[in-house]
Amino acid sequence: MAESLTTRMPVASLAPVRRRRRVSVRFVVLHVVMIAGALIMFFPFYWTLVTSLSPGAGLGVTPEVVPTDPSLAAYQQLFTERPFAQVVLNSILLAAITTIVQLFTSATAAYAFSRLAFRGRTAVFGVYLATMMIPLQVLIVPLFAELKAFGLIDTYLGALLPTFASAFGIFLLRQAMNQVPFELDEAATLDGAGHFRIFWTIMLPNIRPAIATLVVFAFMGSWNSFLWPLVVLRSPELQTLPIALAGLQGQYTTQWDIVMAGSVVSIIPMLALYLFAQKYVIQGVANSGIK
Amino acid sequence: MTAVPATAIAAEETDAPRRPVPPRPVTGRGPGRRSRLRYALVVLAFLLPSAIPMLLFVLGPMVAAAGISFTDWNLLAPAKWIGLDNYASLLTDPRTGDVFLHTLYYIVGYLPLVYVGGLALALALNSALKGRTLLRGVYFLPVVTSWIVVALVWRWLLNPSNGVVNTVLGFFGIAGPGWWTDPNWAMPSIILASAWKDLGFVMVILLAGLQTINPDMYDAAKVDGAGWWRRLFSVTLPLLSPSTFFVLIISLINGFQVFDQVYAMTGGGPAGASQVVVQQIYDLTFRYGRAGEASALSWMLFIVILAVTVVQIRGQRRWVNYG
Repeated sequence: MAESLTTRMPVASLAPVRRRRRVSVRFVVLHVVMIAGALIMFFPFYWTLVTSLSPGAGLGVTPEVVPTDPSLAAYQQLFTERPFAQVVLNSILLAAITTIVQLFTSATAAYAFSRLAFRGRTAVFGVYLATMMIPLQVLIVPLFAELKAFGLIDTYLGALLPTFASAFGIFLLRQAMNQVPFELDEAATLDGAGHFRIFWTIMLPNIRPAIATLVVFAFMGSWNSFLWPLVVLRSPELQTLPIALAGLQGQYTTQWDIVMAGSVVSIIPMLALYLFAQKYVIQGVANSGIK
Repeated sequence: MTAVPATAIAAEETDAPRRPVPPRPVTGRGPGRRSRLRYALVVLAFLLPSAIPMLLFVLGPMVAAAGISFTDWNLLAPAKWIGLDNYASLLTDPRTGDVFLHTLYYIVGYLPLVYVGGLALALALNSALKGRTLLRGVYFLPVVTSWIVVALVWRWLLNPSNGVVNTVLGFFGIAGPGWWTDPNWAMPSIILASAWKDLGFVMVILLAGLQTINPDMYDAAKVDGAGWWRRLFSVTLPLLSPSTFFVLIISLINGFQVFDQVYAMTGGGPAGASQVVVQQIYDLTFRYGRAGEASALSWMLFIVILAVTVVQIRGQRRWVNYG
């Protein structure tokens, strides 16, 4: 509309002023809307924190928006009355092991698919990718039966084993390895390096950003995973954070301060990881969407 | 988070011809039998660490699930072969239709919310905005939070008696609904919480897509006199279709598998109003000890997901623009 106005009216002094003001109004409105939106998006986190600091929240009490008398009582109760420290340790342990093993299985498989020629390579890779479409739920019953036969129900190993191979991780690292120039391997081969040397000294250092992305996703996936640990880990002292949190709700139906304190404990490590590796997290998601 | 899956498959199809991997073994050591054996061992050494867990914990159980679905089994007593009875009883049980309908309700409510919201955010963040990185970071924050925490926090926010949402509504003289305690509002509550969590995920994917669009396209459209909405529908959306396609594939796969937030927010209630397919699989297995029937239902779910995904991949040529 304004464009046609300016072309029709050759009043040079009027047009640019009008246009600039219009842009700046839109600019301000956009900022106000985006910031308001961000505050709304952030509010649930703020409310979680406030609730966790307001003892008695939920027992007919709505916490104040800015607590006048914040208290850490809920955290104290959480860690003294339940094996919550153990639960946090369990989560860290399982996430760390999952991450390391997934990194190993993904990197080796990615190398095979990127650098080794063998019969059926495309088919095997295709099968790996297809497994990503299998919902975990389809596997629960047979996995449960299998691990029961191995005597691994209610053990860390039982919770860990099904997480050891990740088709997503393999795909991610293979894409990264395909970007590493073949000249590098050839030069190393001429120097007498075998595949294991090339894998270790050339490939891995050259795909560090992809490795960082995988580390973040593997850790996050394990930290937040719910269904399988829920099925396998029965004893309270073996449980992970999401399971313990879901359990808190049953036990303290109305003690929202405690449930929210547990949520804060669960959020903080992810928040730290996210702030620290934001670039890799966003990049990982963004890349997965680009064809 | 995420099964970033099917795209990988879709991506593979469009990606493969463009960037082929030259099948160049770096052995270079003649075709002697010993070196061939050595090479085979090298391949195995790189492949087995992933192949063993894949076979034992994904592919094996997948096949086993099909077998179990033809049996009557409670996880304890020996399984009894009953052929297609589980499928027959599932297909005649009205609850099966219900759980699929509830799942569909979830998808139909959730998808437009995250897509339109994510698109609006991505468009805003793609313009000259101050503090873009910070804003993007805040909007993305829920994505790294676990479903259980999201469900618990929203259960608390939407608490009918003293949750903050109804308290604020009360200020304006509006009597808030019963949210997750009301059969009519249980699913909308779950949808709201899920959209909050996934909005940032969709935003980042669409933002990445927007950034691949050549600015010249907009200039050309402007010269032709196209306004903002016209440019959105005639330039942005068609060029963004690969990212839209990806969001659609992922959201549908994940949508059919919705569970964590349902389990923690409503447990499928009240009165089964938000009972979804996976919650039903879980209940059948671990609450009612009907593992055979649960396996049959999970295979039905898998087939539905597979069909929906294949239809989308087939149909993509019609609307997805890989310019």
